[in-house]
Order: sequence, then C-alpha cells, then structure tokens
Amino acid sequence: MDLVQMQKSLQDYTKSLFLEGILDSQFLQLQQLQDESNPDFVSQVVTLFFQDSDRILNDLSLSLGQQVVDFKKVDPHVHQLKGSSSSIGAQRVKNACVVFRNFCEQQNVEACHRCLQQVKQEYYLVKNRLETLFKLEQQIVASGGMIPAVELGF
Amino acid sequence: MMNPSHGRGLGSAGGSSSGRNQGGGGGGETVVEMFPSGLRVLVVDDDPTCLMILERMLMSCLYEVTKCNRAELALSLLRKNKHGFDIVISDVHMPDMDGFKLLEHVGLEMDLPVIMMSADDSKSVVLKGVTHGAVDYLIKPVRMEALKNIWQHVVRKRRSEWSVPEHSGSIEETRDRQQQQHRGGNAAISGGEDAVDDNSSSVNEGNNWRSNSRKRKDEDGEEQGDDKDEDASNLKKPRVVWSVELHQQFVAAVNQLGVEKAVPKKILELMNVPGLTRENVASHLQKYRIYLRRLGGVSQHQGNLNNSFMTGQDASFAPLSTLNGFDLQALAVTGQLPAQSLAQLQAAGLGRPTMVSKSGLPVSSIVDERSIFSFDNSKTRFGEGLGHHHGQQQPQQQPQMNLLHGVPTGLQQQLPMGNRMSIQQQIAAVRAGHSVQNSGMLMQSLPRGPPPMLTSSQSSIRQPMLSNRIPERSGFSGRNNIPESSRVLPTGYTNHLTTQHSSSSLAYNNFQTELPVNSFPLASAPGLSAVPVRKTNSYQEEVNSSEAGFATPSYDMFTTRQNDWDLRSIGIAFDSHQDAESAAFSNSEAYSSSSMSRNNNTTVAATEHVRNHQQQPHPGMVPHHQVYADGNSGSVRVKSERVAADSAAMAFHEQYSNQEDLMSALLKQEGIAPVDGEFDFDAYSIDNIPV
Repeated sequence: MDLVQMQKSLQDYTKSLFLEGILDSQFLQLQQLQDESNPDFVSQVVTLFFQDSDRILNDLSLSLGQQVVDFKKVDPHVHQLKGSSSSIGAQRVKNACVVFRNFCEQQNVEACHRCLQQVKQEYYLVKNRLETLFKLEQQIVASGGMIPAVELGF
Repeated sequence: MMNPSHGRGLGSAGGSSSGRNQGGGGGGETVVEMFPSGLRVLVVDDDPTCLMILERMLMSCLYEVTKCNRAELALSLLRKNKHGFDIVISDVHMPDMDGFKLLEHVGLEMDLPVIMMSADDSKSVVLKGVTHGAVDYLIKPVRMEALKNIWQHVVRKRRSEWSVPEHSGSIEETRDRQQQQHRGGNAAISGGEDAVDDNSSSVNEGNNWRSNSRKRKDEDGEEQGDDKDEDASNLKKPRVVWSVELHQQFVAAVNQLGVEKAVPKKILELMNVPGLTRENVASHLQKYRIYLRRLGGVSQHQGNLNNSFMTGQDASFAPLSTLNGFDLQALAVTGQLPAQSLAQLQAAGLGRPTMVSKSGLPVSSIVDERSIFSFDNSKTRFGEGLGHHHGQQQPQQQPQMNLLHGVPTGLQQQLPMGNRMSIQQQIAAVRAGHSVQNSGMLMQSLPRGPPPMLTSSQSSIRQPMLSNRIPERSGFSGRNNIPESSRVLPTGYTNHLTTQHSSSSLAYNNFQTELPVNSFPLASAPGLSAVPVRKTNSYQEEVNSSEAGFATPSYDMFTTRQNDWDLRSIGIAFDSHQDAESAAFSNSEAYSSSSMSRNNNTTVAATEHVRNHQQQPHPGMVPHHQVYADGNSGSVRVKSERVAADSAAMAFHEQYSNQEDLMSALLKQEGIAPVDGEFDFDAYSIDNIPV
C-alpha cells in the first residue's frame, strides 16, 4: 500500500470510529493538542487511559465479586472510569458507565454485573480500534508520510 | 504614579501593558493574546488520564502548569509556595481528600481562586461547589475553550482585592486602606518577588503577568516584600497568609468568644499574634462565617433553592458587618458612620464627588451581588418610569434631569441623556438578559439596612441618594463579587450559576465582579446636592422627571455590569425584603406573585405607587414607606420629606446589626410588623416598560 492509500485508509478508519459512536469530538480535542512538539500526545494519553482502565476494571471485578458488594467502593471506580473515558472521547464506554452508575445507586448487584460486562465489552472494543488506529499511523510515519488531520465532514 | 519603565516595558497602563511586559513571550504579539500567559495553574486530579490531558491543554494555553494527583500533596505544595500559584483546578471526587475540602482549605489559607471539575454534573454537586466558594465548576470532559478563560477568575479576584478595602475600620482608615490596598494587594499578589518599583526584576512571564496585573492598580511602586508583614504599623497591610496554625488560633479564639459574638477586635486580642491587624482578622472572620454558614445553610436548603437563597441571605446578613468587609458596613453597624458620611467616604475613596443622601439611609453598606441585581431593578424601574412619565412634565423635568444625570456621571456618559428610547432599549436588553429584576423590591428595600445594596442602588437612582449609591457601588466594585463567568460559580452570585444562586449569600468572596468603577464619575455633586431641595418642592409633581432622571444613569450602570446575572439570585436577594414590603404595600396593586415578573411589575407599581403615596401620606411612615413603595418617585419624595427624618434613619442605622434586625427595626419604625416567611414578592412589575 502506498503512502497516499495508507493515509486514506487512516482517514476512513478514523471516520468510521466517529460514525459508530465509538469516539466522540473529545477525541478531536486530543488530536488538536498534538503537534510537532508533542507528536505522540494522543497515543500517550490513550495508553495511559488503557493502563488506568485495566486497573479500574480489575478492581471493579473484585468488588462486585464479593459476597457483599460494597457499592461505596464500586461507585467511585465507575465514576472515575466515566471521567477518564469521556476525557479521551471513548463515548460508548462513557455511556456504559452512566448506566452502570445508575444501577449502583439502586444497589442492584445483578444489573451491576451486567453493566460491568457491558463496560468491559465497550472498553475492549475501543481499545482494539484505537490500537489499530495507532498502528496505521505508525505505518504512515514509518513510510515518511504525515498523518492527515481528521476531517469530519459527516 | 508610574513605576519607572526600566526598559522592560512595564508600563503603567493596565492590562494593555502586559503585552509589552511579556518580553520573553515576544513583543510583537497582541496584548490580548499575551495577557494570560504564564498564569500559574495547579491542577489536582487523581485520574491520570484527565490530569495529563488537562496539563497539555493548559500548556497550550500558555499557562504554567503544575499537576498533582493527590489533594494532600497539592495542599502542601500550596503551603510551601504561598504565592507560587495563581489559580487551582481540582477534581471533586478524590480518594484521599474530598475536593470541596481542598477548596475550603485553599480559600481560607491561601485565598486563591479554585475551579472545581467533575464528570458529575448533577445540580447538587454543582451547588456544593458554589456554596463552598469555587469560582467555577467545569464538567468533564473539559474542553480547551473552558480552560482558556480561567485567567479571568484570577484577575477578578485581584481586582476585588485592589479596589475594595477588605477590612472594616474607621472611616479614615477606610480611606487610607483603599489607597493602601492597592499597594498591599499588589505586593501580596506578586508574592513579594518583584519589587513593585523594580521593573527590571524579572523578565519571567509569570512575574510579568503578576506585575502587569499589579501595575494596573498600583503605580506607587511600593514594595511590600514579605507577604506576612509582621509590622503592624505598616499601613500598606500586605496580605496575611492564614497558615494552618494561624487559622487554628483564630478558630480557637472565635469559639471561645462564641461564633456569633466574635468580633475582630476581641479575636485579635485573644489570638495575640504580633503584626496581625484587626482588619486581617475581620476579613478572615468574614470568610470563616461564610464557610460556617455554608456548612449549616447548604444542608438545610439543598432542595429548595429559594429557601436556601433566602436563608443564605438572612444568614449572610447576620454577619453583615463583616460580610463584605466593607468599611461602610462596619461603620454602619457601629453606628459611627451616618449614611451620608459613608457615601462621602466611599466617594472620596473612589475619587468621586460625594453626594450626601438626604434620606440618610444606609448607603449601600452592603454591596454584594444583591446590590448588583438591585441595580438592574432600579434600572428597569427607571426605564418604565421614564416611559410613563417622560413627557408629562417637561419644565420640571429639565432641572431634575440634569441633576440626575449628573449623579451617576458615568451613566450619563454611557447613556444618551434624555434618550428615552435608548434607556428603554437598555432596559429591555437588561431584562432580556436578566429575567428577574425586582426594582420594586430594591426600591423598597432601600430604606432597610439589610439590603443596602438594594437601597443603595435604588437610592442612587433617586437623586438625593444617587450620588451616594453610585460611589458606593463603584467603591465596591471589587467587592461586589458578581460572578461574571458563564459557568457555575460556586461562590456567591455568579453568572456561572445558571441554576440557582444559592451562593448569593454565601460566596461573596468569590463574587468578583467589577462594578464599572469608572462609569460613575460624579461630576455633578453640586447639582446633586441641590436636588433634594428641589425635590421637596416639586416632587409631588415631578415623579416623572425624577424617574426619568434616574433611569438614564441607572441603566448605564446596569448595562455595563449585568451580563450574566442570574435573575434568580436577584429575586432571592430581595426575598428577604419582600416580607416587609409586602406588608407595607398590601394595598399596592403592583404586587404580583411571580418573582420572575417582579421586574415587570416593579416599574408599574412604582409609578402607581407614587401616585398613591402622594395621596396617602403616612406621617410616621412616609420616609420609609415611600421609599419602599415607590420606585423612583417614591424614593424621591421620601427624600425630600426625610430630611427631617434623617435622625430616624440614622438611629435606624445604628441599630442595624444584620439584615433581619434591620428589617425588623425598620418595620417597627414604620409600624409594620415584620413579616416572616416567604416573600410574596409582589414587587413592581416591569411589564409596562415600553421597550
């Protein structure tokens, strides 16, 4: 694949993420923060998000797996996950967290379990897609090209 | 006095010179772009992702960012480096310390503006932010645009410290302090790092930024040096930083005296800290009271904003004398200062001609967000009056109009004199922008001590009192903590608070709205003084003219200031006053039940009342009553009649300890039983304002 094709693929791929609602405009904000002096900003932040989220999801699994679920512990985790996912633009993860929090308030353990699964699902999805995105970008850069700016014409 | 420009380009001008000062940043840049550069931000969030994003965003705003993921660490950073930061941004939910706690600590100890943020956008949390004194509340995900403008909070806070004396005290002290405040404030803000008069101290953008802000106010070049100036005799009063130990001493002293009874003088004695002045204690006491009130008031009224507002108001009124730290208040409280003198003082402090209020009503001793709203009301009222009566009495109008114009000189300049339409248009604009304007309320509340601002604003519009009000307002520009940002401002009345201004009474500290200080040059002092006399003769017939006259200037003031005021807070502010007014005007047809329509009704009621009152003079009550009832004309009339009632008013002032008491006293004076409970604020509606 030549450079131009790769760039086009990247653009299309990125657009699809937005169209599917996996990413929202906050992600664009991140991309705008990336420049020559911070060329890897987005991937750095996203990587940080992955690390942190893995930890949170782990804690959540543990907390919900307890005999007696302490929602006072569960809720802050979900809240933080909601905050960080919204900050990077992981829209579907954030939405799943919102639902999760509602059930936490109701102290509905069953529903919370389901929510956790949902959150995990969305999380793995966005993780996967973003990793692919970064790979595409790396290929372009390795080929000597520039990563095209995201144009959301839709 | 200009600081000598040592070639670093530190001009004497205000913000405009900052561009030049940013020598390191590039002289070719526009001033506007350069101005907030170097703002030192401390951002606290336990979420590493958000922290990183915020840091990057702030850096791209050209701010100096320090990030911190633990609240305790942030506090120790702040304590170690007392003047190392300009503003703090903190998350609400943090594992080691609640964000609100951090907010309080920072407010009490360092007096820095704090912005809260959270993914939680529920009203209760936002309200909490407001009541705890945050200057803003950001909802995550935070966008760049939100961060770009955070510098306004710093400027606002500084300006409020500069232009308004924070400490109560004698009249003379007040005046001196006002002048010194600039120097002291400036020095404190700069952290003593830059000699005020040493422009060559640093090319650092951060320093420049501070210097620039400072230069805007202080041309004297006096070096305050250490922020903790232990020299009690130093009139410049550098800002005292309330460390934990000092605060604990303070709290111990207050508890020993009893929170309600604690007065700065006694606290000072108990604390026995060398170099600490009574004024320092007074201002800190103010904040502490707000903090306490917040603890008590918020829990009670979370659900009912109106109530909380009213409560807050009442509560805020309780420590009125210290609420705003205004000298005037203290003076009023102590009965040392007749309203007139206060006005004069304020005017003097502001450099404006002093107009003595004939009515002797407490001159806007309490300037806070309410007063600001009151201005709005009076504006609308005037507009309506203007509309209604404008053409009716031309000959008489002329002289009064002139006088009135003269009173709020600033206003005049802004408003084409005698241009009824423009005023009405302004009114419409104001009304559109701010739904609730209880000018009627304001007017009514004028005579009362508690809502001094209301009265002051009202009175200022009325000729005799106008002069008093205006200077006062201007003087308080810094103090009027009127939030102007569009976001929720935790403290006080803030424009930010889109939902409710529960903070109305609470966050006075953070209301940092600047009154258009320069907008009221009272050039026509002589004319103004003549007004009362004239009024006596012609008031009965000249309601219109007075209204007209008032309208013009008042609107000016309001338009400049009121962009984002939450009408509700205004309404709330008036709530407390409404009771008495309602009682007073039981026969008033202007009363409408809807607070929102207060503004609309106010003017109409005012005009109507004017007529009514003319016909039904209440001998004993006339002075106060009329003021309450009538917007423009009423007040005017009252004034003329109140010349003799000044002593009564004065006595009234002396009794004034807090709003509630004041109102009760006032009401008693008028023979009206104090009304408790909800205000059926049937203020004058401004429906009839022709726009």
